[in-house]
Amino acid sequence: MQRNAATPGRSKRRRTLLAAAAAAASVILAACSPGAAPSESEPGAEGSDELTPITLQLQWFAQGQFAGYYAALDQGFYEDAGLDVTIAEGGADIVPQTAVASGSADFAIAWVPKALASREQGAMITDVAQIFQRSGTLQVSFADAGIDSVADLEGKNVGSWGFGNEFELFAALTEAGLDPMSDVTLVQQAFDMSGLLSGDIDAAQAMTYNEYAQLLESVDPDTGELYTAEDFSVLDWNDVGTAMLQDAIWTASDRLEDPEFQATTVAFIKASIQGWMYARDNPEGTAQIVVDAGSQLGASHQQWMVNETNRLVWPAEGGIGLIDEAAWDQTVEIAMNTANQDGATVLTAEPDEGAWTNEYVQQALDELEAEGVDVFGADYAPIEVELQEGGQ
Amino acid sequence: MRLSSRQTRAIGFGALGVLSLAVLWEGYKLLGPAEGISIGETVLLPRTTELAMPHVWDSVARAFQPASSASDELVIVAVAQAAASTLGIAGVGMLLGAVVGVLLALLMQRFLLADRAVLPWLILSQTVPLIALAPLVVAWGGRLQLGPFEWERWMSVAVIASYLAFFPVAIGTLRGLRSPEQAHLDLFRAQGAGWWKTLRYLRLPAAVPHLLAALRLGTATAIIGTVVAEVSTGARGGIGRLIVEYAQSGSSDPAKAWAPIAGAVVLGLVAAGAVALAGLLLHNYRRAEAR
Repeated sequence: MQRNAATPGRSKRRRTLLAAAAAAASVILAACSPGAAPSESEPGAEGSDELTPITLQLQWFAQGQFAGYYAALDQGFYEDAGLDVTIAEGGADIVPQTAVASGSADFAIAWVPKALASREQGAMITDVAQIFQRSGTLQVSFADAGIDSVADLEGKNVGSWGFGNEFELFAALTEAGLDPMSDVTLVQQAFDMSGLLSGDIDAAQAMTYNEYAQLLESVDPDTGELYTAEDFSVLDWNDVGTAMLQDAIWTASDRLEDPEFQATTVAFIKASIQGWMYARDNPEGTAQIVVDAGSQLGASHQQWMVNETNRLVWPAEGGIGLIDEAAWDQTVEIAMNTANQDGATVLTAEPDEGAWTNEYVQQALDELEAEGVDVFGADYAPIEVELQEGGQ
Repeated sequence: MRLSSRQTRAIGFGALGVLSLAVLWEGYKLLGPAEGISIGETVLLPRTTELAMPHVWDSVARAFQPASSASDELVIVAVAQAAASTLGIAGVGMLLGAVVGVLLALLMQRFLLADRAVLPWLILSQTVPLIALAPLVVAWGGRLQLGPFEWERWMSVAVIASYLAFFPVAIGTLRGLRSPEQAHLDLFRAQGAGWWKTLRYLRLPAAVPHLLAALRLGTATAIIGTVVAEVSTGARGGIGRLIVEYAQSGSSDPAKAWAPIAGAVVLGLVAAGAVALAGLLLHNYRRAEAR
């Protein structure tokens, strides 16, 4: 009797409790909004009605490597093109090409071999603009180690980040007649250069725009002064001939069938190119834009990164973003024929026609050329950046 | 302030613990070989160079210098802000995890069928690696949009933290709800008390010590989950991302990289302290813990 009588009251009270808990949770969710993005797009807000919302997924945190996109955002090039662009930063486990394939981003920046590997596994994406014309990966050793050619790597401890960053190195070793499995000792490399500095690694992987700068920002314990470029010997895959294409703009292949999205793609590429031209012409101002976007890197390091990134983009022979078929073929060739230490190649078959197109970038370039701006940067010259200790 | 002498002693021992860690660090740095100690290729003890182990005072001094020349913000201020942000997100995750955990425990206590059906899934849920989970949660959240409400990256982080935190809470609470002695349960039954009354006056009070232990565990996992998920998803503003960002200058500015790591440790202590405080408020129910 008592149980029955109590039932309605009980469940009512329970419901009230639940509702209270739910309300409390939602209040807290709303209040603790630490990363309140300044670029929040509010659908229906005044002025943004005509702008197309676009999300660009990067590979990593805001840094000089993505200078052009941040410059385009900061200088209003995207807005002028009718786009309301949100730049989504990457993280350790964020795969940009997957974000595009799954629809949580409209465009993504990704390296060509990695994106092609995702494509082979079913992520139907297309390279619509090849922003980086050159590879930024180096293999760096101390000058006194005597590693001046790929063949000199024989018998050395060779650092590699793995995760698909190793194929240029492996192709170079194979080409030099070395077996990557037995003729060198591969060392898993951390994402800083302490391995090389402490002597665990004889030749370490480094990006021109990041890790190589970290070396030049470090103090040589023997002299008490910063290391200089003369202290190191550098293998550049562009010179060796095993370079693979890196940062490119990718989007979902099926969305390119929609004429409206085609127009959006052209507009996005065009505005991004304008951003990269701004970065070329104002490297100092662009470094500041990236710092303002929240990068924690030191000022001289950031400036170095913007400058070195510019060198990967400019000069652009066919116009910035245009995919060079020879470079593409070389990338695919290495991706198909070079095995890593697990015996795996990046690709098992040649990617089909839908993997890349110059259609949209060419339209963007034509429009820009008609406006009389320089999309080639033939007389581009990098600036001199002096790195400070710790990149400050 | 009845406990003040005990508290003073506790704080004293706490400070001594931190100090002895610093002494241990400097002692090994002074006496250990520069190349570390390794057997064959396996490194047992780290190198003692400035690069691998900067002096404690260098790290502390670095914390009071500007983080970068681009701004005047001190490293310690940046770390404190990041720690506060992480604490907030971990708090949301913990709250979410605690609510889900307690509800699941109640469900499993009430219905044997639920116990049998849900428990294997709970255990299974904890075997999913975080690195597999994080991109899924982010991708799922990225497409979520309910009217003016927009899913933000930090919410994904909170969800991941709650996913890790709910498990110890559910298991601990369930154990607590089942902890009353049979004689007490029989007494309630003989008096005609229903499930709710038994829960309210017997099971919940009995569960408090178990719940507190579970919350301590849950808080620790929520903090770790938040920090790892911040690295994993690249969520901005938290200590996890700061650890990665400062580690990038690990070879050129080694003293700086330790500041956010120390911040994460302090963060864990603060969170543990918060749970201990909750324990003080509930001390009436904690007789069983004295055993």
